[in-house]
Amino acid sequence: MKKTAILLTGVVTLTTLALAPRVLADPVDEALTIDGQEIITTAPAPTEPEGHPFDEVRSGWLYREPDTRSMEADSFENPGMLAVERGEEIWNTAEGEAGQSCASCHEDASEFLKGVGASYPKWDEASGKPINIELFINKHREEKMGAEAYKFDEDAQKDLTAFIKNQSLGIPVEIDLSEGDMMSWWEEGKERYYLRTGQLNLSCATCHEQNNGRYIRADHLSQGNTNGFPTYRLKQGALVSLHNRFRGCIRDTRAEFPDAFSDELMALEVYTAWRGGGLSVETPAVRQ
Amino acid sequence: MAAPRIRVKVPSSASAGEVITIKTLISHEMESGQRKDKDGNTIPREIINNFTCEFNGTKVFECQLDPAISSNPYFEFYAKVPESGTFKFTWQDDNGETYTEEKDIEVS
Repeated sequence: MKKTAILLTGVVTLTTLALAPRVLADPVDEALTIDGQEIITTAPAPTEPEGHPFDEVRSGWLYREPDTRSMEADSFENPGMLAVERGEEIWNTAEGEAGQSCASCHEDASEFLKGVGASYPKWDEASGKPINIELFINKHREEKMGAEAYKFDEDAQKDLTAFIKNQSLGIPVEIDLSEGDMMSWWEEGKERYYLRTGQLNLSCATCHEQNNGRYIRADHLSQGNTNGFPTYRLKQGALVSLHNRFRGCIRDTRAEFPDAFSDELMALEVYTAWRGGGLSVETPAVRQ
Repeated sequence: MAAPRIRVKVPSSASAGEVITIKTLISHEMESGQRKDKDGNTIPREIINNFTCEFNGTKVFECQLDPAISSNPYFEFYAKVPESGTFKFTWQDDNGETYTEEKDIEVS
């Protein structure tokens, strides 16, 4: 009789132990509305092509602290909106030899740009590569406006990109992988996503797939979706572009990091945009 | 640094004696004076050091800011409005500049 009791205690202890070290804080289950616009923060994972690791994709907003969440929910309080306002000014300012602004050709920005930010990166026939918003801006500046291309992460580049993407606020991300050679870039991006790098030997998937929902020190790991970029990060007190974030993450694995807009990172952008497909564009999202 | 951008949100109308919410945001680096540049020289402090809100000339809110306040300082506060009038907001920069913004409110 006594033996049974001990055995039972043993079983209970083992069960407790198995559960205890699991430091897992679920993302919140809340709805996000910005200026009356409903934002899709959870969506069924894209099924084409096969191989998405999750059943449901979730916005990084769900993983943030209440203060950070409310800052994004109020477009007045969101400091990223300052950049969007600056971006709108750039949109309307003529530059370059042709003396033209973005608005000279694309008059009604809010109408013309609706959905544009949700559909990039896209296939660019001329260069035979995928192109993102930043590169698209540069291409137009050089070819149509006779202006200089922006340098990577120049304020104007981030501001204008944020303005363009903000016009698609709420529209679900959906990129077209059937164009050109997008699928092979998708494959390459996938390979990069699972490639362990650096002295810490981490891949993107280590944090954002295998451990999302857990804490890495004080940071609640999200799925690493890209729908909110350029993002206002409280750490920098400024907008942070997607390629800056890519490089920062890879740097944090203590690896050498690729150049912005390099083939490697463009492939990663194609793949990560697909992974977060179905989520609303949140630009400028607010993150820690 | 680019000229600061100011955003102020005051309801356009209210009833007499109503307590209203006012929100203000100014874009500013809030350089703390603690950081160093690439050559190791201290970057001089440049912050917004004072913020006031006046209603028809009477001060209704004042706040002193210190270097630990993060960039783009945001304030949200309440004010009781007895009559129609103008809110005047003033930010004082370390560099001597003063930034102001005014908003009217209709009280019935």
